Amino acid sequence: MDLSVKIAGVELKNPVMTASGTFGSGMEYSEFVDLGKLGAVVTKGVSSVPWEGNPTPRVAETDSGMLNAIGLQNPGLDVFLKRDLPFLAAQDTKVIVNVCGHTEEEYLDVVERLSDEPRVSMLEINVSCPNVKRGALQFGQDPGELEKLTARIKEKAGQPIIMKLTPNVTNIADLARAAQAGGADALSMINTLLGMKIDVERQRFVLANRTGGLSGPAIKPVAVRCVYQCAQAVSIPIIGMGGIASGEDAVEFLLAGASAVAVGMMNFHDPKTTEKVIDGLRAYMERHHVSDVKELIGAVRG
Amino acid sequence: MKKTAIMRIAGTKYLAEGIYRTELVPVSPTDDLGGVIPGQFIGIYPNDRTALLPRPISICRYNPFGSGNGGSYTVVYRTVGKGTNELAGLSFGDSVRVIGMLGNGYDLDAFAGKRTLLLGGGIGIPPLLELAARIRAKNRELGEIQRKTSGKNQSEKLYCGRLTAALGYRNSELFLMEEFASAADEVIVATDDGSVGTHGTCIDAARAAGTGFDVIAACGPMPMLRGVKTFAAERNVPAYISLEERMACGVGVCLGCVVKTKEKDAHSNVNNARVCTEGPVFLAEDVDI
Repeated sequence: MDLSVKIAGVELKNPVMTASGTFGSGMEYSEFVDLGKLGAVVTKGVSSVPWEGNPTPRVAETDSGMLNAIGLQNPGLDVFLKRDLPFLAAQDTKVIVNVCGHTEEEYLDVVERLSDEPRVSMLEINVSCPNVKRGALQFGQDPGELEKLTARIKEKAGQPIIMKLTPNVTNIADLARAAQAGGADALSMINTLLGMKIDVERQRFVLANRTGGLSGPAIKPVAVRCVYQCAQAVSIPIIGMGGIASGEDAVEFLLAGASAVAVGMMNFHDPKTTEKVIDGLRAYMERHHVSDVKELIGAVRG
Repeated sequence: MKKTAIMRIAGTKYLAEGIYRTELVPVSPTDDLGGVIPGQFIGIYPNDRTALLPRPISICRYNPFGSGNGGSYTVVYRTVGKGTNELAGLSFGDSVRVIGMLGNGYDLDAFAGKRTLLLGGGIGIPPLLELAARIRAKNRELGEIQRKTSGKNQSEKLYCGRLTAALGYRNSELFLMEEFASAADEVIVATDDGSVGTHGTCIDAARAAGTGFDVIAACGPMPMLRGVKTFAAERNVPAYISLEERMACGVGVCLGCVVKTKEKDAHSNVNNARVCTEGPVFLAEDVDI
């Protein structure tokens, strides 16, 4: 049985990776999961300098999901390179670094400093975080801006670049086309949906940031639809994510047109979710006599 | 080592309005969590599949011989929503999935042989019970050593240090009060409604009693902990406070539950520490609350 997939020339042993921000840099969950079983680990967003993030409360549970407004707190690229990357590089998996920034210069700084880093297989560019006030989402919601930024990043990048798209737009396929036109090697989707929760007893916002990004099984149908729409619009590979909890969930995204998938919020529900998704995918393939996982990609057609 | 495990409900008891005590035992030897440092907590996953995040609940009592599969873990909690309501409603023999042990817990050496003041407010009271029992055991050990090395007669005092518990309740429903009475040398009570003891907080009760102390361990709501920080600074004693913050993962991944720190935190490289991992117990002067 062949579970391997290739994204922008990078071969993954299976199509299951972690979604940025739900797996740190792998260290914490390595107590629960053999990272060597994963197709790739996608790191939490890394910026050129340390970011403090938003005030608390930063998280809130919602039905079959959660809201977060962490605000991309991270220790910055220097600490990432010194502490987190050596740990990840010692695991038998591919490393995809998620890059965040407030400005074009900040993105480019991280991309450039990682460009000759052989331990990093791909970069995922986060232009879609709803919790960072300046910059990021602006680039990610405007097709014109997105195309320009993608082109600038592609110029400096030493690794294939994955543009991570937001669903918080009228037509996500426009973003997909723009990123492809700018030279993106792949797309990932969806980032969180902008949401809000109000404590009715106290008549207050639950999150200090008022709004937050919704993730988890609650958003899965939206994510599957986005993947399908974008797969019809572009020819570059898509990494699908949004509430994936089982092998069947992963298959659903593959059938919609994703070439790989990522497990996000459900890591918080069960740290072993990634392994369970891989096992479930394998069981599905056995049950359906699928010998190569690539046969499933985009296999559902109108 | 942290792990996920399945626990069986060995009993749930109503203690006070909205307050329940549940004893959890591992369903197999591999499900045992290997003990607890007082102040550590577990995450309990609701069986309700629409509530996906673990509920962080501190261990109130641990019995290393509490079950055929290892220890037993007792939690005392307030029913505040989906997860805790479900937990309180589970029957004997039902099972829940948990993750643990989580957090750092209290460092016993900070209290052993000293005059310790425990300050507990509301649902912050339970984790202090395991702490009280461990400090008491440690103080007895130290007392034994002192008695032997001093070569004096058996009438020498049996315990080193002294343990005072000041507990603040909403009303006259003094849950766990009897357990504290047998674990601590002195128990002082305060109630919000003034029905028992000092009318006010546990800090007011400690002030009124005037008992001397060298170190504080506290757990309770944030306004109380701010008061503890001030109280400790006034008396120039260290205060170890257990913080609560909204969490998602419980293991240091999501960065949801941070607290502002005085110094730059080694892990985050900014002035934020993770309550679930670097905490929940912090030296009060180290955190900006």
